[in-house]
Amino acid sequence: MTRPQPRPALDVATLVRDRRTRVVVTCGSGGVGKTTTAAAMALMGAEAGRRTVVLTIDPARRLAQSMGLIELDNTPREVKGVADGQLFAMMLDMKRTFDEVVLEHSTPERAEQIFQNPFYQSLSSSFAGTQEYMAMEKLGQLVAANEWDLIIVDTPPSRSALDFLDAPNRLGRFLDGRMVRLLTAPAKAGGKAYMKVVTVSVGMVARVFTKVIGGDLLNDLSTFVTALESMFGGFRERAQHTYELLKNPGTAFVVVAAPEPDALREASYFVERLSAEHMPLAGVIVNRTRQAEPVAGAAPLTAARAELAADGLDEKLASAKTAATKTVPTKSAAEAAALATAALRVHAEIAAAAEHDARMTKRFSSAHPQVPLVPLLALPADVHDLDGLRTIGKLLGA
Amino acid sequence: MPATVSAAPLTRDDSPRAAGPAVSYADLMAATRVAAGATSSLADGISSRARLHVVTGKGGTGKTTAAAALALALAGTGRKVLLIEVESRQAIAQLFDMPAMPYSEQRLKGGGNGELFGLAIDPEQAMLEYLEMFYGLKRAGKGLKKMGAVDFVTTLAPGLRDVLLTGKVKESVTRKKVDGSPAYDAVVLDAPPTGRIGRFLDATQEVAKLTKFGPINKQSEGVITLLHGPQTAVHIVTLLEEMPVQETIDAAAELKQLGFELGAVIVNRARPTLIADGQVALDGTVDLKALSAGLRKAGVAVAHAPALAQEMSDYAQRQRVQEQNAARLDALDLPRIELPDLNPPVELGELKDLAACFTGGDR
Repeated sequence: MTRPQPRPALDVATLVRDRRTRVVVTCGSGGVGKTTTAAAMALMGAEAGRRTVVLTIDPARRLAQSMGLIELDNTPREVKGVADGQLFAMMLDMKRTFDEVVLEHSTPERAEQIFQNPFYQSLSSSFAGTQEYMAMEKLGQLVAANEWDLIIVDTPPSRSALDFLDAPNRLGRFLDGRMVRLLTAPAKAGGKAYMKVVTVSVGMVARVFTKVIGGDLLNDLSTFVTALESMFGGFRERAQHTYELLKNPGTAFVVVAAPEPDALREASYFVERLSAEHMPLAGVIVNRTRQAEPVAGAAPLTAARAELAADGLDEKLASAKTAATKTVPTKSAAEAAALATAALRVHAEIAAAAEHDARMTKRFSSAHPQVPLVPLLALPADVHDLDGLRTIGKLLGA
Repeated sequence: MPATVSAAPLTRDDSPRAAGPAVSYADLMAATRVAAGATSSLADGISSRARLHVVTGKGGTGKTTAAAALALALAGTGRKVLLIEVESRQAIAQLFDMPAMPYSEQRLKGGGNGELFGLAIDPEQAMLEYLEMFYGLKRAGKGLKKMGAVDFVTTLAPGLRDVLLTGKVKESVTRKKVDGSPAYDAVVLDAPPTGRIGRFLDATQEVAKLTKFGPINKQSEGVITLLHGPQTAVHIVTLLEEMPVQETIDAAAELKQLGFELGAVIVNRARPTLIADGQVALDGTVDLKALSAGLRKAGVAVAHAPALAQEMSDYAQRQRVQEQNAARLDALDLPRIELPDLNPPVELGELKDLAACFTGGDR
């Protein structure tokens, strides 16, 4: 039996200050505070003197405003108010990013033809994987530009954290697939000739599609796929290149979770996946962890004990009122009791929440004993300025 | 083992008439049955007229839990209810503590006076079902899968996935029993998040525009009529935090503009108000002397006072943020239903407590 290694804590401050760290990807399921955490890490890196850019996907309005992000325009803009350092922030415009890729890989006429196609319009603005694919593409561009010491990427708000890794491949798989060849065949072989060269089963499938989705749609689709086909190689290569880049030692994945079963389950999937793909996981931030205030000189008060003490006080107050004897408490004594009751009830809430969060975190860490972990305390209010981001930085060890 | 009812295929009767607002005799009978079995009325915002309840919300707000609680509440009034999920997560199975559900309607625990069923719609299966139903292409399905066609439809083809999902939802709502009465009195849909809900519900309309004449175009009408009609209500789940509230306000405006009927705003995980006015000063300080005196009376060591004061101060700030966000929701002018804060995972017993929040009147 080997002795269990002591769990390493995730040291985010050291990670973002380390000159070897070039790219940090934050991932996690929706609603866990990924964007804010990414912004806080970026500010930490920038204030350590590194030229930093943070690519956000969907920041809270007020946070975006405080960082000077007024529009979604793919342009890194310098954030004002950063102490001794340079921080740039940008929001991903997936349609524009897609347009740029198309323009880069085709002639202007062909690009125009693609832009006009209804399939391209919906693919570039609403396909469920396009955002992930384009975030990956943008990351590749930022790395290639070679002008940043540190790039922090926030991943799109999807249900599953894995979508970020899977979507580009899924697109690639589709583009490689027989389906594409089938759809492009009619245009290539030219109308009727097509039917002669394809097998019966392919003809059947084509018939099904004509029947189900209508001939017009099939034509549009076929034109679209044909137009894109010349670029497929480029697409695939780039996606593959960025994917490989994610395996570099200069890249670090930070998984953000909340101390709740769903978010931790997603974090588990992600941690396992990263390990299977040999991608560098820095660790997990358990955001919005609740903790009771530490007390000097007394044992911690459990939720149950606080609740009991509050009930006891309530009873005392009630019986004193009904008894109406000379022991009637003074107004200030009654107020003091009410204040203590409120304080004890608040503590009971917090202590119960803290016990819950500790249990959830422990369950995760027992399942993944090697993964560095750090709790990030829940803040009383939403963060929407640089000071708020600095507070998060401090909680993360800056 | 839960009882299994095989998912009935899509009905052939897809004329818009079938989903129209006209009230049939069978509908009236169903309404009477519901009224007779009702033990409590529904909360304001949960229309008893609605047959399809769409539950959306920002990710992480607890949509699935709220949808399940609503379904339980409807079943508790004597209705036969179907709870549907469409995001391939097996969230219903997890919530009701049962093995992963196949593509068929399963009886769920806790239905009360009524009956509660669950269905996890799988887009691949829905597509194969669709082909079989409309074109008798059962065997072609396998071929299509091999060709990558299924992958194409369910991941890449714009909107087609959502067309299949909403098509199946529509089928569940309009399905009739042999006697002509609706198979389900109410259907609750655990829908995609606020960011995608408009596109999801109107996918059929979008694809119908693209196809112009095809068979999808013909069938789309029934779906559009149902979703935009008075039989459908969209509820938005939120937390009293900045982002979820903003998304709720944005989604409400979008949905209204697209012509959907909004039901209630469901405020999830609302923390109780524990601090009275004046107990925490505006600058966050607490009268330590008074607190210590009170603690002494409660038999709690005075050493706890500073920590308790700090916790109170933070909690008061949270309470204020909650109140501010609640005030922002006032602009929506929609009925609000509050669900208490439970530490997940939510147990089946707790789900019943949440369900009680959807029944009104005597609470």
